Amino acid sequence: MTLSAHFPVLQVVVPLVSAPLAVLARRATAAYAIVMFASWIAFGLAIALTMQVRSEGVVSYPIGNWPPPWGIEYRIDALSSFVLLLVSAVAAVVLPYCRRSIEHEVPREQHYLFYSMFALCLAGLLGIAATGDAFNAFVFIEISALASYVLIALGRDRKALVASYQYLILGTIGATFFVIGIGMLYLMTGTLNLADMSERLAATSDLRPVLTAAAFITVGMSLKLALFPLHQWLPNAYTYAPSAVSAFIAATGTKVSIYVLMRFYFSVFGAGLVFELAVGEVLLVLSLAAMFIASAIAVVQSDFKKLLAYSSVAQVGYITLGLSLESVSGLTASIVHLVNHGMTKAGLFMLVGGAVLVTGGSGMDRLAGLRRTMPLTSFGIVLGGLGLIGIPGTAGFISKWQLVLAAMERQEWWLVFAIVASSLLAVAYVWRFVEVAYFREPSNPADRRREAPATMLVPAVMVIAASIYFGLDSSLTLGGAATAADFLLGTSR
Amino acid sequence: MNQFGALSYAITVFLMVAGLYIVIARNNLIKTLVGLSIFQTAVYLLYIAPAKLPGGTAPVISAEFDAYSSPLPHVLILTAIVVGVATMALGLAIVVRIYEAYGTIEEDEILNRDREAR
Repeated sequence: MTLSAHFPVLQVVVPLVSAPLAVLARRATAAYAIVMFASWIAFGLAIALTMQVRSEGVVSYPIGNWPPPWGIEYRIDALSSFVLLLVSAVAAVVLPYCRRSIEHEVPREQHYLFYSMFALCLAGLLGIAATGDAFNAFVFIEISALASYVLIALGRDRKALVASYQYLILGTIGATFFVIGIGMLYLMTGTLNLADMSERLAATSDLRPVLTAAAFITVGMSLKLALFPLHQWLPNAYTYAPSAVSAFIAATGTKVSIYVLMRFYFSVFGAGLVFELAVGEVLLVLSLAAMFIASAIAVVQSDFKKLLAYSSVAQVGYITLGLSLESVSGLTASIVHLVNHGMTKAGLFMLVGGAVLVTGGSGMDRLAGLRRTMPLTSFGIVLGGLGLIGIPGTAGFISKWQLVLAAMERQEWWLVFAIVASSLLAVAYVWRFVEVAYFREPSNPADRRREAPATMLVPAVMVIAASIYFGLDSSLTLGGAATAADFLLGTSR
Repeated sequence: MNQFGALSYAITVFLMVAGLYIVIARNNLIKTLVGLSIFQTAVYLLYIAPAKLPGGTAPVISAEFDAYSSPLPHVLILTAIVVGVATMALGLAIVVRIYEAYGTIEEDEILNRDREAR
């Protein structure tokens, strides 16, 4: 076997090994270098795997050479390579940003632990996407979740501790529901390999435990992905976490949970079975509630990070809405919005992190007159905000347009109207920032122009620029999403 | 299903619901964690109990036995226990930090103190 045959496992192992190495290094700079190196390798591997999947189809890797379904299998297909690419790309961009950002937020003697936790979180998220084994997925979910609780608790405000605690309780309930669902599937089929499980489920006549399992997995993952009204943990966690952590987790954490849900719906249960259970209708109602209610709550926030957090709940609504439409175009919209929103929100949280560093807080009053003091940051935030609204030319437009197409395909005009109307609410909350930053005078007129440090500003601007680029040329994102959706529904029963 | 199977399911469901109820109903951060732990333990039982085959032995091939219990659920739950211990350790550590920062571990008092601080 050549080295390239081991890419699927290296994808997870490289960041995983970098975590203990970072602890052993102890010095902040050394730990930073190790984790940075590992995450760039992970990004390279994700690109290589995506190419491999494109040319050869599904890549299967038996861990320890134990053939599936007995051994654990890593299985990379069109969807998982897409998610691997998103997660590792965000990590590779956020890490350079981390260095200056956490110097202001985390005590220096804890820096090496921060990087170690970051690497663990990354390894967990990549593992979820790479694995083809149900129990292995649970373990990776817990690895990434435990690491993210620690990362959130590192925030400066004491409220970060409470936010982290709440996330720990709700996250653990979610993961436990998930493992109950897997337990039932395991008892019914006697296998943990997802592909094998799917085949054996097709032959099962006793549907009741299977439907119960589907319900448990849906509720458990809905908690993790912050589906309205199970989003209670999210706003505080995103608001009080260190800026770099908000950017990383907002862009990847909930998205990977949505991936798990898609994986189980289409690759294990099969679309026929899941949507027979009225999952589509429930998801549709909750998604619409998220789009409107969470956006409305976002409008009245007095803290900009919290505003963005509620906007994340609303944007997750668009993703689950696409999932609920039970069509290739709906699923394409979901998958492409996964990436587009992840990118836009990462950029926004990174820019706000820069503003927090300079102005000392993310309250709206602190951001007054930001145009004067930080023109580039303000402009970036406005561009990102346009992406949240879905203005043509931004990545957000591509996914919303795809969603509208999916709704039109089903002849549901009221749904098209709802998507457009909820975007107007996004205009309202983005306008809050524009009004404060552009039309109000700085609270201290003596403040001179002072942008965030270059190591923070450059990655943030790169991400926002990428979100504009993918709004103009969507062949990579939309094309990839369409292939993944085709593949998922094509192989689904 | 024999009566032991039914009994083990009944215990599993009782522990599961009791644990989840404690998590929701209790205000004290430590008690919430205790509830969470009971909830997780119920899942261990959900996996372990069905793994016992009446008359089955440990999976060591021998001419004297023809029924073997599957060892896999035990291995899975060993992993789940490790996850549970890690969650509990982290949860308790965060509660200690919360106590240092707020001087209380009652959820409503913590909210009150945040409100007063504003």
